[in-house]
Amino acid sequence: MLNKFKKIIKDFTLNELLFGMSVTAKELVNTKITVQFPEERTPISPRFRGIHALRRYPNGEERCIACKLCEAVCPANAITIESEMREDGSRRTSQYDIDLFKCIFCGFCEEACPVDAIVETQIFDYAFESRDGSVLTKKRLLEIGEQNKKAIDQTKLEDSKYR
Amino acid sequence: MMALWQSFVELVYELIPWLDGGVATVLIILIKGVALILPLIIMMAYMTYAERKVIGYMQLRIGPNRVGPIGLLQPFADVFKMLFKEIIFPSKANIYLFLLAPILAFVPAVAIWAVIPLGEGFYITNLDISLLYVLAIGSVGVYGIIIAGWASNSKYPLLGALRSTALLVSYEIVIGFVAVTVVMVASSVNLNEIVAGQKGGAWNWYFIPLFPMMIVFWISALTETNRAPFDVVEGESEIVGGTHVEYSGMCFALFFMAEYINMIMMAALAVLMFFGGWHSPFEGIPYLDDLFAFVPDIMWLLAKMSFFLFLYLWIRATFPRFRYDQIMRLCWKVFLPLTILWIFVVAILTQLGVGPWF
Repeated sequence: MLNKFKKIIKDFTLNELLFGMSVTAKELVNTKITVQFPEERTPISPRFRGIHALRRYPNGEERCIACKLCEAVCPANAITIESEMREDGSRRTSQYDIDLFKCIFCGFCEEACPVDAIVETQIFDYAFESRDGSVLTKKRLLEIGEQNKKAIDQTKLEDSKYR
Repeated sequence: MMALWQSFVELVYELIPWLDGGVATVLIILIKGVALILPLIIMMAYMTYAERKVIGYMQLRIGPNRVGPIGLLQPFADVFKMLFKEIIFPSKANIYLFLLAPILAFVPAVAIWAVIPLGEGFYITNLDISLLYVLAIGSVGVYGIIIAGWASNSKYPLLGALRSTALLVSYEIVIGFVAVTVVMVASSVNLNEIVAGQKGGAWNWYFIPLFPMMIVFWISALTETNRAPFDVVEGESEIVGGTHVEYSGMCFALFFMAEYINMIMMAALAVLMFFGGWHSPFEGIPYLDDLFAFVPDIMWLLAKMSFFLFLYLWIRATFPRFRYDQIMRLCWKVFLPLTILWIFVVAILTQLGVGPWF
């Protein structure tokens, strides 16, 4: 009886409603946690697996030797490699395609690579405008590697301690 | 304010002397209407901006900030988007009713403002039964929702319309009874006289003797305007968007504008009925009264209204939606007995002549 009376008093004084409103009022003046994306970015781990890139040696020679380990390890069969002999007799790829529709960004290709040629960068905000844009060709991969050389070297250096 | 208006009317007569009295009067009424509706629509547009901003802040976000400085031009971006959108008619809908519904929702929302006084002698019409007029025209707005639900020929709008019909009709009774208590205290149905009865400082305002009625009125006002936590008409998580599922472009915008103009109207009504309208809260206090003497009376009204409009957003950001049967229970089993009880309390207080209010 007494409890029921207490509850009625509590209900009619809008006790719980006012408490709820005090919570939102506190949040109104609280610090906002929004990150304004294109201008601000959240920190990304050096192990982040974004879009792929092919690297070159400092002397400009491409690293990839067409061993096809990445093609073999790829769980989604996203990588297609054709190899041939270059004029100087070394084994090189003539075709290196990654289908981004198939790729699951597991990073196995990066781990399998004996010469650290294929890597995954920290770039995740990319887009393509045509259907065949989803296939990264060898040319495009080398371009990405060239454009983001500094960032790739930096992240690989940071991560090397733990590998 | 009134002097300004009087000089404006004289100016109209002076500028166009070839007009006879009748035409000039109609012209002045038209100008009055535009002068009221235009700020009202701008207010409504910025109400949507304020809503997104305030709710954003309460959810630790920062709300719109891309269009113009701190997003101030966002309402205009929304308006132009709405204007250029196609109005889609459902293939088996009754087009005449389908188009009539948003008009029926919008026109009463604006028509109510004809009698709402904004300052001492600052109104379009001084109707002797203005409070009754507000209640009467306010209930016409329900037809917009009912017809929209019926004409869409679709299940969710119909469900939303059915919910809202029962809901609005029930809560109108409560609002009616609350109005009765106010009328008993003020012994007038004229909004101007209701406000005049609250002259002289915050302790003369009617919210003190009618405090429970004020809360009942405000909760009923949330329901009448279909706002959260009583927005079962829309009920995004249950019936998608309720009555305006099938509406797009300006048709939808009219519903939206009607809702927001009704919100502003309810805030104004709450201020006029319970919070002394355009009277300063410091009237009669020797020093403060002089200090705030420069503030025009309409500013006091707008300041009080903006608090209630903020309360709308605050409540929306805080509470989840009520279940439909619980809203009905709240109306018939809590509010209605409470208001009827308070009518008796007010009757006794009036007979005894307690305080400065009666």
